[in-house]
Amino acid sequence: METAAAPANAPAPARRAARRGGRDKTLLLKLPSVLLLLAWSTIPLAMTLWFSFQRYNLLNPEERGFLGIENYHFLLTDTGLATAIWNTLLLVGWVLLVTVGLGTLLAVLFDQDFFGRGVARVLLIAPFFVMPTVSALVWKNLLMHPVNGLFAFLLHSVGLPTIDWFADLPLTAIIIMVAWQWLPFAALILLTAIQALDPERKEAARMDGAGPISMFFFIILPHLARPIGVVVMIESLFLMSIFAEIFVTTSGGPGLASTNLPFLIYRYALLDFDVGGASAGGVLAIVLANVVAIFLMRSVARNLEA
Amino acid sequence: MNRALRRKWTLTAVAWAVALLAFFPIFWMVLASFKTEIEAVSTPPRLFFRPTIENYFVVQARADYLKFAWNSIVISFGSTLLALAIAVPASYAMAFSPTKRTKSTLVWMLSTKFLPPVGVLVPVYLIFRDTGLLDVRTGLLIVYTLINLPIVVWMLFSFFKEVPREILEAGRMDGAVAWGEIYHLLLPLSLPGVASTSLLAIILSWNEAFWSLNLTAANAAPLTAFIASFSSPEGLFWAKLSAASTMAIAPILVFGWMSQRQLVRGLTFGAVK
Amino acid sequence: MQKVITAALAIVAVWLAGVTGTSGQQRDALTLALTGDSIIMQRLSKEFEKAHPDIKLNWVVLEENVLRERVTTDIATKGGSFDILTIGAYETPIWGKKGWLVRIDDDLPASYELDDVLKPIRDCLSYDGKLYAVPFYGESSFTFYRKDLLDKAGLKMPDKPTYDDITKFAKAMHNPKAGVYGICLRGKPGWGENFAYLSTLVNTMGGRWFDEKWKPQLTSPEWKESITYYVDLMKKYGPPGASSNGHNENRALFATGKCGLWIDATSAAGYISNPKDSQVADKVAYAVAPVGKVPNGAQWLWTWALGIPTSTKHVKEAKAFVQWATSKEYVQLVAKTDGWTVVPPGTRRWTYDQAEYQAAAPFAKLTLQAILQADPIHPSAKPVPYTGVQFVGIPEFQAIGTYAGQQVAAALAGKESVGKALQNSQEFTERTMKRAGYYKK
Repeated sequence: METAAAPANAPAPARRAARRGGRDKTLLLKLPSVLLLLAWSTIPLAMTLWFSFQRYNLLNPEERGFLGIENYHFLLTDTGLATAIWNTLLLVGWVLLVTVGLGTLLAVLFDQDFFGRGVARVLLIAPFFVMPTVSALVWKNLLMHPVNGLFAFLLHSVGLPTIDWFADLPLTAIIIMVAWQWLPFAALILLTAIQALDPERKEAARMDGAGPISMFFFIILPHLARPIGVVVMIESLFLMSIFAEIFVTTSGGPGLASTNLPFLIYRYALLDFDVGGASAGGVLAIVLANVVAIFLMRSVARNLEA
Repeated sequence: MNRALRRKWTLTAVAWAVALLAFFPIFWMVLASFKTEIEAVSTPPRLFFRPTIENYFVVQARADYLKFAWNSIVISFGSTLLALAIAVPASYAMAFSPTKRTKSTLVWMLSTKFLPPVGVLVPVYLIFRDTGLLDVRTGLLIVYTLINLPIVVWMLFSFFKEVPREILEAGRMDGAVAWGEIYHLLLPLSLPGVASTSLLAIILSWNEAFWSLNLTAANAAPLTAFIASFSSPEGLFWAKLSAASTMAIAPILVFGWMSQRQLVRGLTFGAVK
Repeated sequence: MQKVITAALAIVAVWLAGVTGTSGQQRDALTLALTGDSIIMQRLSKEFEKAHPDIKLNWVVLEENVLRERVTTDIATKGGSFDILTIGAYETPIWGKKGWLVRIDDDLPASYELDDVLKPIRDCLSYDGKLYAVPFYGESSFTFYRKDLLDKAGLKMPDKPTYDDITKFAKAMHNPKAGVYGICLRGKPGWGENFAYLSTLVNTMGGRWFDEKWKPQLTSPEWKESITYYVDLMKKYGPPGASSNGHNENRALFATGKCGLWIDATSAAGYISNPKDSQVADKVAYAVAPVGKVPNGAQWLWTWALGIPTSTKHVKEAKAFVQWATSKEYVQLVAKTDGWTVVPPGTRRWTYDQAEYQAAAPFAKLTLQAILQADPIHPSAKPVPYTGVQFVGIPEFQAIGTYAGQQVAAALAGKESVGKALQNSQEFTERTMKRAGYYKK
């Protein structure tokens, strides 16, 4: 049914021509960004790798020395490591699910014509504008606090017991906060993508008798495959390094219930000032992130080239 | 006609309910900024109360809002412009002349962001110290450009892919050179995508609260430092923090409102036909 | 092509704006790192600038934890971003020992009257008898209680309450249906958050963090007893959400009338007694911090002070400011412009001798008493190799204290038994200490 709207494979002669004459050109176009990122990522990465094999504590800078894999050994025998990694994955997974799922629905909704659409859109996007630390504080103290918070008040007035979010459901509370912040991002990207959908195709489908549900599943969703892929990749990037919300609300507790890998590394880096240990943690985080990325790429990759 | 109108009203109701729900915590925060500290944390929480703008005065008296705001504006907008300048050509090349290395380049770019900033704080701090980039707006601008570059490249790549090749082919056959192709055809066609990308890059820079606190002192500090000065482990500060935060997101909210038309304008398919 | 040029020009323009913004620094500018507690100092510093027209002051104000991390990074890498730092009782001796701070007491003028500065506070800021920072703020801990509720229960607060008294009073005042909880204590994890209080509890129950050989004592009977007492007390008479309530949340709770008892920083008294900031200003009364088995270490000691990093290029000017901001004249200045209730507490004896101060701050006498009684060198009845009442003055303590804080919070939230929490903390501490090389000898 689809006559491909955006074919990656242009007619053969044009492509060959582009390849021949355009090869140097495209290299020049790509070079600045590639070079810059090369420098920016390699230098700190190399330094991190170097430090991870050293004893280097900022508070005792005189004591330096090669430690071999001792930093890694210390890190891997940290009893909290497995929990931290698992929490990181839980956090990323749930937020992705909520933001992409809900985001798609909201994108479809806000694509429709209704009164005051412009204002409503800005309201929807607003949560993304607020600094994570501030939104965490607002959620913790003004909304979720079991004694003084708004939620407690509302639950109380209908006779329900109040929820002690940060004692009983710390990770869930963090997931809610983070999902609230990132939902606008997903919704915005997907909305922009939906707007790019050729209205003529939608009309053709409607005339063929497609109802809203089949429209959604057969026209909109496939079209959104690539943007969803991008949203997932970019969000996971940020979600794997969530730190501020945890720091401000639960400090990783109770116990290790809401400690994720960045928070664990923070404890090494900024409480211990153990640059060696933190570097080892950093390397571990990169390894983990790459594993997640490869896994995501497998499921998302097809959509990249489509 | 009636059915269509009814449908529109139902949609309005649902969409607005969602929008208000999403906005509610921010609304609550802005409300708190007009309360006294005690009112902000007392139960039952009050929707109606005697408002005071005292918090705003206190906030302004304590810290020069304009200086921080200007730093934020220069750094966020500057880094986004710079990132765009570097990323547009790259995304263009990857979207329309992909090689077999394109995919891995994209993934590698993204992987540069996996390094937790906390782990590289010391090396970067040392480099900045030696190159005189500490507490200087340019320093932060460079960092943000580099931090956001992968995201900008990815998003532009994705939006450029939406543009049908035929249009660009047509332009090329009319004699347009690559740069012309980009500026006269590609960018206008993908304007909503470019606009969303820019808005997001600006917001990411605006709210970035690790490098902005660690690489600045008194001169280059942006609004994130302004906000950080209003929280304290010892003291009631929520009303003041709410006021400070409202002041911090106001420029972005205004900018978002002004640009939202660009964000959601559809592609003009008329050009194809 | 035009568009390219305009775009390029725009970029260059923005970049120039960014670059030229940096040339705002004058020759003799001092950069100060402060916490949000120093608003008054910031405002009054214009007087200092008037008296010293060749010095300009630049402020960096950050929240305490962020500030500590920022300043530590800078000072350890000799970044030179700051000329004057706000540092506390925890960092000062450690950094003084490393030679990162300029010594303060070797050229103070006699008019400064260093002896007037309270001795325990001075001790907190010294290493090896040398002073490395001068205080502008000092606090200890004591008991806040609702006199009206206690009267209603027919009870009276003794001069030297014990923890048995506290249990009794918490039980009597606990009335959740009326929205009042018997006792509010810190529960949020953090070495300076819940463990600031818990260390004092452990001390006064006879325990200590480390023995003379630096072996951690977290599984000792005194520790078990204190933490079990704390968890039981809070479970029975504490408010919901206790395990994530830090100082701020508890202050809000007490000020909105939700707590019968609160044991916390003396510095909060100014707010709780101020009808503008508190709903219970007329109902609150104060008593010394409760004692367990031994009086040692029952009240904590903390001070914020101004120190000068050795990397500064303006030692003379920095010293001038530091002396001004902590002098007797400064206290008088604050009293004149903002009133006696908000003068710097806990630093000078002179402040407490003033009748106006005693009149404006009903808790002044108790605060002074608490500070003078605190002994950071002997925080426990048993001998200890460290200094610090509510913390241990070693660099590794931040991580140790925060981890232990997380474990105790888990016990409080009912996720773990007290025994397991202490066992985990003990293991973590041992691991950290071993890695830091404390057991080599």
